[in-house]
Amino acid sequence: MTPSHAPDVRALRALAVQLRQTILRTIANAGSGHPGGSLSMVELLIGLYWHALRHDPKRPDWPDRDLFLLSKGHGCPALYTVLAERGYFPKEELMTLRKYPTRLQGHPERQCVPGVEIAAGSLGQGLSMANGIAMADRLDKRARRIYCLMGDGEIQEGQVWEAAMTAHHHQLDAVCAIVDANQLQQNGPVKDIKDIEPLAEKWRAFGWHTIEIDGHSIEQVITAYDDARTVKGKPQVIIARTVKGKGVSFMELNPAWHGIAPKPEELQKALAELSAVTV
Amino acid sequence: MADKPTRDGFGEGLLELGKTHPNVVALSGDLEDSARAIWFKKQYPDRFFSVGIAEQDMIGTAAGLALAGKIPFACSFSQFVTGKGLEQMRLAVCYQKLNVKIVGSHGGLSVGADGATAEALEELTVLRSLPNMTVVAPCDALEAKRAAIASADYPGPVYLRLGRSPVPVITKETDLFQIGRANVLRGGARPGDGIGRAGDDITIVACGVMVHHALLAAEALAKDDIQARVINLHTVKPIDRQTLIAAAKETGAIVTAEEHTVVGGLGGAVAEVLVQAHPVPMRFVGVEDRFGTSGDPADLLKAFHLMPQDLVKATKDVLRLKQSWAASAQR
Repeated sequence: MTPSHAPDVRALRALAVQLRQTILRTIANAGSGHPGGSLSMVELLIGLYWHALRHDPKRPDWPDRDLFLLSKGHGCPALYTVLAERGYFPKEELMTLRKYPTRLQGHPERQCVPGVEIAAGSLGQGLSMANGIAMADRLDKRARRIYCLMGDGEIQEGQVWEAAMTAHHHQLDAVCAIVDANQLQQNGPVKDIKDIEPLAEKWRAFGWHTIEIDGHSIEQVITAYDDARTVKGKPQVIIARTVKGKGVSFMELNPAWHGIAPKPEELQKALAELSAVTV
Repeated sequence: MADKPTRDGFGEGLLELGKTHPNVVALSGDLEDSARAIWFKKQYPDRFFSVGIAEQDMIGTAAGLALAGKIPFACSFSQFVTGKGLEQMRLAVCYQKLNVKIVGSHGGLSVGADGATAEALEELTVLRSLPNMTVVAPCDALEAKRAAIASADYPGPVYLRLGRSPVPVITKETDLFQIGRANVLRGGARPGDGIGRAGDDITIVACGVMVHHALLAAEALAKDDIQARVINLHTVKPIDRQTLIAAAKETGAIVTAEEHTVVGGLGGAVAEVLVQAHPVPMRFVGVEDRFGTSGDPADLLKAFHLMPQDLVKATKDVLRLKQSWAASAQR
């Protein structure tokens, strides 16, 4: 169900605000979770679920659907919120996040709810799985796109680079990696913990078609997905320059907001700030 | 039949699966020659994926292939695939309940001259602790072939532990082979096995190369008029409780035998069942909480006390214990 018409960018920007508010309400209600890395990936998910992905919320196991693999599992409040918004499961269920008994664990279980393709939470594993799916699809002559979203801290994991070499070696052009380069990891700036730059040069050196964008620009995100799709013979990576905690002044680029939930008054302040945004 | 390594049996089984199971694919981390997956690779090049020396990525890639409906066999040395790929086996394979078959050649001391770093002596313990994992350690090449074939039709994750060195072929095509069902090779009685004899004095439970040693030990013990039941526990997990509990009840003493650490391996798995269901005196024959070393595999088995005579000694020890338990029960 890829929309054939041009995307309504303004509506999608408004959607981003609304999703961010839901994400924060969900995490606040859970009492724990990862707001920073959830807020940084909102436009990247909108570009997928409202534009690039061939999917059907009513048929989550449709064999020819494109696949989205969330490798940075701690960002699952954003994924759950998007899936609920698209109708994969009831929105009310978001309020069960992290509360026993729930389908919505703090890091996702495979098929916990319709639309969640893989388990994640031990970082660095999604890209290998994306490659395996692409290899199987090639054998089966099935034309699907496989998107895999990783964090910038996550790519310090060695398995990511093993997988990067595999995708290049096997010319897996169905694979599109997305790096949510939100600049922070749990204990501080990525550049201070262990610098991963120059990112684009690294991926290029590993043989990937590399696209670098502002990951909060809906237009750039959509264009990047469209461009990546046209690349043949090479896997593609979209390096999305983003801001951890995007949209909430006191969360933005503050490592303290990696893994804590907002208190009620902080939530109210955050929601108000988001409401004041002009799209 | 000439002696043959279990890895060869696996290679034959995988080759046959290539013909019978179009969804079977294989991966290797540059060890397809050693693990005998190279025979499949030559016959079915499109269905073989080289991932380079990258075990973590290999397991993750296998998970992806399984997500898309394939039955991947991920092959490497036992130590490397289970050691480096543990986190991937836990999350990507076992937690996701995927149909991935992990194949470890060169299990145990049979690596021989290459020495300790490549000798897997702990992986049965580690892998059987993973939920959803099935752990199979075949005793000969024929059983390894049948285990490979059976694993393709057995849903979910399976680990196959293979050896490098040639071992005698002691099973027959006509033997029943079923994952999760132990085989009583000598003595014992289990409906359907066609073997029935009362009055066994002791049971030796073994897997892998130690099954042959258990049979040799049983022959030696018979000369001293000690009747040993021998159980081939090729599937360490899920464990065949019924056969083990019956053996404990009927023979009253157990010796376990594995080419593997005695810390939590086959012996530990058997003890976990029996200590709760029917405690009897036990002895564990295996590697005593240490790393391996270089040497001819036959010399290593001697040096690490894994020979038939070591089983005979353990059996006699545990029989004394059985008698003293019986005596104290009468007091």
